[in-house]
Amino acid sequence: METAKENLQTEEFWVNMGPQHPSTHGVLYVELKLSGETVVDCIINIGYLHRGIEKIAENRTYTQFMPFTDRLDYVASMTNNLGYVLAVEKSMKTEVNDRAKYIRVIIAELQRVASHLVGITTFVQDLGAFATPLFYGFREREKIIEFFDELCGNRLTYNYMRIGGVQFDLPKGTDEKIKYIVKYMRPKIDDLESLFSSNAIFTARTKGIGVLSKEKAINYSVTGPNLRASGVKWDLRKDEPYLCYDKFNFDIPTGANGDSWDRYKVRIEEMRQSLRIVEQAIGGLPEGDPTVKIGRIIKPEPGEAYMRTEAPRGELGFYVVSDGSTYPYRLKIRSPSFSNLAVLPELVKGMKVADVVCVLGSLDIVMGDIDR
Amino acid sequence: MVSILTFIVMVIVGAVVLGFIAVSAMFLIWWERKVSAHIQTRYGPMRVGWHGVLQSVADVIKLLLKENITPEGVDKPVWWLAPFFAVVPSVMVFVCIPFGSLFGIDLIPRDLNIGILYILALTSVCVLGIFMAGWGSNNKYSLLGGMRSAAQIVSYEVPLIISVVTAVMFAGTLSMQKIVEAQKEMWFVFHPNMALAFLIFVISATAEINRTPFDIPEAESELVAGFHTEYSGMKFAMFFLGEYTNLFIVSALAATLFLGGWQGPFLPPVLWFLIKTYGIVTVLMWVRWTFPRVRVDQLMGFAWKVLTPIAFANLAVAGWVLLK
Repeated sequence: METAKENLQTEEFWVNMGPQHPSTHGVLYVELKLSGETVVDCIINIGYLHRGIEKIAENRTYTQFMPFTDRLDYVASMTNNLGYVLAVEKSMKTEVNDRAKYIRVIIAELQRVASHLVGITTFVQDLGAFATPLFYGFREREKIIEFFDELCGNRLTYNYMRIGGVQFDLPKGTDEKIKYIVKYMRPKIDDLESLFSSNAIFTARTKGIGVLSKEKAINYSVTGPNLRASGVKWDLRKDEPYLCYDKFNFDIPTGANGDSWDRYKVRIEEMRQSLRIVEQAIGGLPEGDPTVKIGRIIKPEPGEAYMRTEAPRGELGFYVVSDGSTYPYRLKIRSPSFSNLAVLPELVKGMKVADVVCVLGSLDIVMGDIDR
Repeated sequence: MVSILTFIVMVIVGAVVLGFIAVSAMFLIWWERKVSAHIQTRYGPMRVGWHGVLQSVADVIKLLLKENITPEGVDKPVWWLAPFFAVVPSVMVFVCIPFGSLFGIDLIPRDLNIGILYILALTSVCVLGIFMAGWGSNNKYSLLGGMRSAAQIVSYEVPLIISVVTAVMFAGTLSMQKIVEAQKEMWFVFHPNMALAFLIFVISATAEINRTPFDIPEAESELVAGFHTEYSGMKFAMFFLGEYTNLFIVSALAATLFLGGWQGPFLPPVLWFLIKTYGIVTVLMWVRWTFPRVRVDQLMGFAWKVLTPIAFANLAVAGWVLLK
């Protein structure tokens, strides 16, 4: 008996999660070293969705590159469009008129709501609530998508923003439509929140799981809702206002513990704040023509410009280097999901396999944004 | 000596039971898809037959025509036997399920005097099939699923059996038919003790048959599909059949032990039995499509720290009530 016991041994083993895995949100490949069910080590491999978008940018004119920005964070294409046009406009030292600014704000905030709906519901799906919350989230998101469809004819990759304005003015009757969306969305967000927050299993699975401390979040340059959930009140819309965000009243929700629960809570609250902004913006929409006024050929002066915006997933930066030609000399994208994902190994060591999925879902990454 | 007539009757009964199992499983699969679809604001299968009733038939035909793939590196005997271990015990359980009576004939293949014990013994065997599948597949995900399953089913068997024992104490018999008859005056579930036992039974039964919120052996979002990742075609169908047969069995047990079995006014007993059973099945489906999944350590903690003590306390109180 004694010898048998001595001969017994346990072994840590590697498990490959992804790149084909239902809950890695695309083609993420995580190598997990497990001791039984406990995670000992975690290595992230990315690059399965690399399309060389930054290099493509050097061979396209500034206008031609616009559709490629849709394919970065494909859950929130509008805000990618916005980040890019703002960067190019900054390098050209132009500004759009007030109406275009307001329209851009409305679109960006609606996009934030749509994106968070996907983020939260896929997160709950990862916790095992199979598909039901996902369908509810997508049903609500559909209202916004339909509006975007009316606006620019596309449902996922919009290609709507233009350097120097937007593609089209708002169609007739948009005021009512947006007011209806806001009115429709508020109780639905409450519904979703009560569906998840009142669920004891959801609470037990998320509270205290994947705690990201304030210092660690800043050191890893985590941004967006994930940073705010850790208690850092940092939002570019407030701290470095672009467009006309300084004209609106809204709060920056923050969390206390930085766990998965806080990340979920912050997203829910952010949707409400976004609706507040949309309501104010549609109320004070100025008159004018928001379509493009500058010439067709875009030739910024030689130089460089860096513009960062608050995308739904965090800080989205575009660094444009111009040599005076119609092509950018270099375009560097600072994508929020990339930094947000990098912190994953720190969060999951010592936790159970199921928690890896939970933390990954709560970080709300999009692979198109990471691999570019 | 088994006479030829007895033999013929045995064959016929066996064929009827097998036919019922297959049809019931196919119906349950369709029903689950419909229930889930309507919970999720969609329609579910609509194309094959009226509201897709024949969808499961089409699926079975598809699975029958699939190539039988044996992955490299599997432990062949174990891997081949696993689906049978998952299904055969569930089929054998039907020997003791009382369906009621029709035209004066009791619809129970054999009313063993240790019926409930026999059923519990056989349902425990199902875990072997899952574990064999996990081990034999030579796949780490499957192995994790198999291990989880073994731990889970062994843990939840304790509160399950204790809640069943409470029912047996009230009935004073192990025979399924007699347990039903003991509820002639009042269904057991209306007794406070038994109501608690019923709740414990349903919760642990959900865990026994690996359904959400206790579906960690399969755990779609973590383990892809757990123990049956490597199975395809008819072997996969066997696991599926076993899963839905088990779902039927635990619901039938809950109906028999706590809800008065086939007894009820006006309608024929068979109908009452089916109504109660499928009612519980529907509740279990409702739960599955609404709740997230618990984590593996939370699941074990819940079984040993919450359910088992409550079940034991309930058993003690039931004993005191009966002796009083």
